[in-house]
Amino acid sequence: MTMLDFQFFIEVLVGGLLSGLMYSLVALGFVLIYKASGVFNFAQGAMVFFAVLSFVGFMELGLPFWGALPVTVVLMVIVGMATERFVLRPLVNQNENTLLMATIGLAFVIEGVAQMVWGVDVRRLDLGIKDEPISWLADKTGVFVSQLDITAGVVAGVMVAALGLLFSRTKVGRGLRAVADDPAAALSIGIPLKHIWMLVWAAAGVVALVAGMLWGARSGVQFALVLLALKALPVLIIGGFTSVPGVIVAGLIVGGSEKLAEVYIGPSFGGGIEGWFPYMLAVLFLLIRPEGLFGEKIIRRV
Amino acid sequence: MFYREAGQFRTTYAQDTQLLPLREDRVGMAFMLIIAFGVIPFVASDYWLSALLIPWLILALVALGQNILMGYAGQLSLGAAGFMAVGAFACYNLILRVDGIPFVVAIALSGVCSALVGIVFGLPSLRIRGLYLAVATLASQFFIVWALDKFGWFKNYDVAGVITAQQIVIFGHTFATPQEKYWVVLVIVAALTWAAKNMARGSIGRGWMAVRDMDVAAEVTGLPLMRTKLQAFAISSFYCGVGGALFAFAYLQTVEPSAFTIELSFRILFMVIIGGLGTILGSFLGAGFILLTPIFLNILFHAIFGKAVDATITSALEQVIFGVMIIAFLIFEPHGLARMWQQTKERLRLWPFPH
Repeated sequence: MTMLDFQFFIEVLVGGLLSGLMYSLVALGFVLIYKASGVFNFAQGAMVFFAVLSFVGFMELGLPFWGALPVTVVLMVIVGMATERFVLRPLVNQNENTLLMATIGLAFVIEGVAQMVWGVDVRRLDLGIKDEPISWLADKTGVFVSQLDITAGVVAGVMVAALGLLFSRTKVGRGLRAVADDPAAALSIGIPLKHIWMLVWAAAGVVALVAGMLWGARSGVQFALVLLALKALPVLIIGGFTSVPGVIVAGLIVGGSEKLAEVYIGPSFGGGIEGWFPYMLAVLFLLIRPEGLFGEKIIRRV
Repeated sequence: MFYREAGQFRTTYAQDTQLLPLREDRVGMAFMLIIAFGVIPFVASDYWLSALLIPWLILALVALGQNILMGYAGQLSLGAAGFMAVGAFACYNLILRVDGIPFVVAIALSGVCSALVGIVFGLPSLRIRGLYLAVATLASQFFIVWALDKFGWFKNYDVAGVITAQQIVIFGHTFATPQEKYWVVLVIVAALTWAAKNMARGSIGRGWMAVRDMDVAAEVTGLPLMRTKLQAFAISSFYCGVGGALFAFAYLQTVEPSAFTIELSFRILFMVIIGGLGTILGSFLGAGFILLTPIFLNILFHAIFGKAVDATITSALEQVIFGVMIIAFLIFEPHGLARMWQQTKERLRLWPFPH
């Protein structure tokens, strides 16, 4: 392998790893809700789309960046709480399939509302970070890594660290973990279940906004963002539905291997294998570890 | 009053095991079949036949397949459209490459192709379950559509991307008008529905349900788990494959991978849930509901707003209402339309003295 090939390999790998972290950000929203309420929230992709579209919409209405941000955060908190109140609370104790369907229905509603209010045009989002290679790194090593990708990676890391601290160090986090373990027991010792669930949905809304802003800056604010939720699924199952660090590791695995496969194996199949490669990878992982890398061991009693 | 079993005694085993033990059910079914075969094709317009009834029957068949897998065998799957695509392309290639193959044989063989693919993609179900399995079946959806798109052989190296489906020819007669196509679809759907009903209430169906309710317990009682699960995948994919072939040949008239997207899989999933998991009737009711609601909303909005409001807004509004209806349905009747029908029957039985 020549030096140039090696540089190219590193570039592909790093690009893949960083975009994998952006998948992780979307998957993080899933994990939050699944951990606390056992709901597989298919509407997370729609929430990402809605959040960033609203953000851009508010900026178009004349709000400055730092004005639009809190407004959108508040909006997402409201959306999250309303979802919990009007969709999931009436469905408590239904089985997994019903809850999954309800969130798919919710995705329809959120996508529809977003397009009704803000229109269907593709918009650009400028975060002030350019999607250009970092020059000093390129000069020194000849490897091109986008600034935006690096920023996304850092943001993802910070979010995960913050959520990890929230889960392990705060009172709210302890409540969350208790609810995740056994909602009935948590309720019986006085943990306010409804508040905890609302909080989680609100947090998922905010995570969706962060993910949406990064993706929007990278590939435009458009309907295709909804499909991100599907790409986050393999990340989710490789990492295990309930593990926050698992999401990051799985994101790195999926992102890195997906890009490498596309560049090195793809051409011999006519390209485009990115579309299904992560899912196949996820199936292979599951065949070896059915609960994902960091998921809780599934114990089944008869 | 209208619907009661009083006075109807079953005196032989044959009577006890027949498909419709109640006289009212038999009369009702005969009546419906007569209307479906003999009245509707003559009174319905071409638009009704080709845009509503044919897709309804076909999607009901696919929903039935999905229901076998999900409602009876309890394996959550998101890949129905992928198996439909296998069926459609298998049928196209069979008719194209095998000289003089009868259409019905081609349809049946395309179902078999789809079943084989279904078995392969059903293998992970032996080890993973629930939502994890659902994501694994997404792999089949994306992989199948990608493979059909990328490898030219499947499309006979057609560059346009949209292939016109061949004519439906049975016994030398070309079934070209919507009316004739409706008959072809109806016969196939009716036969497969009858088969599904009998499978579901026989030992095969009991095996599926045992696996659904608790697979470890089913295995302990001597049920071969692997065979039962793969059987469910195979039969479900067979139905999806036949449905896909009919979808392409009798409804779309074209064979293209882009017709079998993940959205179609979701719609089929909705049909099963809204109709009622683990019911044959539910597949038909659910398919009708999911197919008709958007059309109905569209007509409604045209009537209300006319051209005054932008089309993108009305289509977004349709989407919102559709989503709200699905959520409302799940909240108020989680067991689906089939359950509502059952309750109606119960009322009819007691009417007019409900106590």
